[in-house]
Amino acid sequence: MATVTFDKATRIYPGTDKPAVDALDLAIEDGEFLVLVGPSGCGKSTSLRMLAGLEEVDGGAIRIGDRDVTHMPPKDRDIAMVFQNYALYPHMSVADNMGFALKIAGTPKDEIRRRVADAAKLLDLSEYLDRKPKALSGGQRQRVAMGRAIVREPQVFLMDEPLSNLDAKLRVSTRTQIASLQRRLGITTVYVTHDQVEAMTMGDRVAVLNAGLLQQVDSPLGLYDKPANVFVAGFIGSPAMNIATFDIKDGRAVLGDADVAIPASISSKVAAEGSNTVVLGFRPEALLPASAEEQGGIPVLVDVVEELGSDAYVYGRPAGPAAEEQADRLRSDQVIARVEPRNAPQKGDKINFAIRPGSEHFFSVKTGERLEP
Amino acid sequence: MELRILAAPREQQALLDLPWDMPLEQWPEWYLVALPRGISRHVVRFTRLGRNVYALKEIVKPFADREYQMLRDLARLDVPAVQAVGVVSGREAPDGSTLDSVLVTRHLQFSLPYRALFARMMRRDTVDRLIDALVVLIARLHLTGFYWGDCSLSNTLFRRDAGAFAAYLVDAETGELHNALSDGQRAHDLDTARTNIAGEMMDLLAAGQLDESVDPIAVSDQVVERYEALWIELTEWEAFDVNERWRIARRVDRLNELGFDVDELDIVTDIGGRTIRVQPKVVDPGHHSRRLLRLTGIDAQENQARRLLNDLDTYAAVTEQQGEDEEIVANAWVLDSYEPVLRAIPRDLRGKLEGPEIFHEVLEHRWYLSENLGHDVGLEEAARDYVDTVLRHKPDELAILGGTSAEADTTQPFRITWNDLQ
Ligand SMILES: Nc1ncnc2c1ncn2[C@@H]1O[C@H](COP(=O)(O)OP(=O)(O)OP(=O)(O)O)[C@@H](O)[C@H]1O
Ligand SMILES: Nc1ncnc2c1ncn2[C@@H]1O[C@H](COP(=O)(O)OP(=O)(O)OP(=O)(O)O)[C@@H](O)[C@H]1O
Ligand SMILES: [Mg+2]
Ligand SMILES: [Mg+2]
Repeated sequence: MATVTFDKATRIYPGTDKPAVDALDLAIEDGEFLVLVGPSGCGKSTSLRMLAGLEEVDGGAIRIGDRDVTHMPPKDRDIAMVFQNYALYPHMSVADNMGFALKIAGTPKDEIRRRVADAAKLLDLSEYLDRKPKALSGGQRQRVAMGRAIVREPQVFLMDEPLSNLDAKLRVSTRTQIASLQRRLGITTVYVTHDQVEAMTMGDRVAVLNAGLLQQVDSPLGLYDKPANVFVAGFIGSPAMNIATFDIKDGRAVLGDADVAIPASISSKVAAEGSNTVVLGFRPEALLPASAEEQGGIPVLVDVVEELGSDAYVYGRPAGPAAEEQADRLRSDQVIARVEPRNAPQKGDKINFAIRPGSEHFFSVKTGERLEP
Repeated sequence: MELRILAAPREQQALLDLPWDMPLEQWPEWYLVALPRGISRHVVRFTRLGRNVYALKEIVKPFADREYQMLRDLARLDVPAVQAVGVVSGREAPDGSTLDSVLVTRHLQFSLPYRALFARMMRRDTVDRLIDALVVLIARLHLTGFYWGDCSLSNTLFRRDAGAFAAYLVDAETGELHNALSDGQRAHDLDTARTNIAGEMMDLLAAGQLDESVDPIAVSDQVVERYEALWIELTEWEAFDVNERWRIARRVDRLNELGFDVDELDIVTDIGGRTIRVQPKVVDPGHHSRRLLRLTGIDAQENQARRLLNDLDTYAAVTEQQGEDEEIVANAWVLDSYEPVLRAIPRDLRGKLEGPEIFHEVLEHRWYLSENLGHDVGLEEAARDYVDTVLRHKPDELAILGGTSAEADTTQPFRITWNDLQ
């Protein structure tokens, strides 16, 4: 068991001047399941490979526990890359399939027996240790393969998109399996995915990367409720957060016909920046149909209604005379709202939405950073 | 969804006739050719279309596309690997459910999966030669910047190569191409190779298919040692005194002997001018096979080529043509030695072994015969005797047959699907 520390770790690929991973600072706790997520090319695989020893580190350091592993060969790091090769050998017993790599490493026989027995217990395989893999069900074979990584009792498990060769349905069930196994094992795990839903459902904490830079690291709920900047706000959540740049006028955020009350503290923070615009974000579920007597609101013209049984989502665009200007300043090409499935609107309807008070997200136009009221 | 076949037009036509709406595992036997395979996670089957045999691997589309592209890149870089033919995607069963894509590769002629080599009890020296071939393949891949990620005997195919073996990459699924590899990437590849090979050997031992004198762990350690030695020879700086300049030529000779051509050599003399340092910059594998191809047009593997070139040298000496132009002598050798031997092989036996391999075996055979009879036996006589006493009794290796596809288990002992996880 161990912590993992990236200490201003930097990787600059030869022939490029922009770092693929730029001064990454990340402290992963003992036993934690940490997910690295971000769009393609953000540097998540590079970060993992630096930890694995497959990529050189051009600046900073990487530590596993107290050991500085920055320049250590991969096999001395006490890490295991999981699910890369889980071939099973047909003529060997389950116990030998799980333990043979320890034999190669010169581990004493009793020690191998103990570790295999421990892993088998964890994986519900104790009574099958003497059988050949052929006599097992598919699920049991799969667990034997996992056992191969587990008996090494590494300090850290590394996984890079281990589910990418599965179809969508299997991905969902397999990720629950992996997450629950990891929790039972309690081995520090770093997991890479480009899929934010996967990240949010699996990780104890999630680190969001973009263009080689760490944007935020927090619990899934923390990321969802308090995104640190516009990038994280737009990246995390499905369907995505609605984000647009609003003008501030008389203590309200105004964009064409959309008009939203904002806290006085936000107005003054924006003014202090020397600006009169603010980036306003609101999640689809933060929108409520506005009552007639309410001032302002966000008028939306409905394009598509997606009925999901328990929920319905409205996909629309800004409505009203200034719609064009609004659309320009919207980060996405549509406005998304969650509505009551039982009285969902029709395509072509015009609805005026209000934002549930307190669920607005404000970001500085200048820095993209979150502004707290 | 639409069925989509990405391949060259000629092969597209042939591929069109296969039952793509069925999972590969359920294809009727008449579509299939039963050939031995290594251990794999995906369903792999062979099929014959026209004169060619193809390998089909069922795998999710992004992986099929990626492996296809990777194999094409490797072909461009002249790496010994199976040849990608195409990707079939958008498959759908009659009930409307979707099926995974299929990566199509050309079955590598005369290739032997290691399991087929071990089907008859494997001896110590055969293991050594397999390991040597694999080590050369890994070093070649690393020189071109290819990180394999899953190096194993199962992911390698072997062809006979004048008593030794030549190794080909078969599974590029986990591979990555870089400009150059880091030490960590190379070390990790070796570590994976070591674990996989030990596991594969232990499995053969458990199956009683490996000579008891072979120690799986020692064999897998050997992989690492030999690789390190080869890598040093291929890439290391060597320093020596100016007076020892002959050592430059010796380094080049050593690399040639290992089968590599040196296209560029970096030579640095230090300030005092007393020491010279040399490092091979660009080395190109296939020294002998390239030379043989240039001289004779015969396409052979490295050791076969070395053997044939030796025979060519002997021929030049015996016929007193050492001063002659190389190409002229080579041409005469083809007409006097090589072609008569191959012509002596009955047509129906030609699928047993590749031409250069047959020639190599005839040379060996002549040596034994001469030794036994106490006088020199002519090449053609040796060839005739070889056909009757040796070749006729060999299995057909053009595409060796290992039972019927009904016994899928014997050729593909095992695979795990994630579906089984539920
Ligand atoms: N060997 C390499 N040489 C040069 N540049 C590289 C190399 N590997 C990756 N890069 C670049 O470094 C950046 C980060 O790549 P990395 O593979 O870490 O991203 P990623 O977040 O894992 O993306 P993906 O989800 O597409 O795998 C990208 O811009 C990529 O093009
Ligand atoms: N083109 C080919 N020519 C000859 N044999 C082939 C070819 N393609 C595949 N095979 C055989 O099929 C076996 C399985 O193929 P492959 O290794 O690509 O499958 P895989 O499921 O990706 O394996 P892994 O479990 O290692 O990921 C190989 O070991 C080899 O014996
Ligand atoms: Mg394979
Ligand atoms: Mg594979």
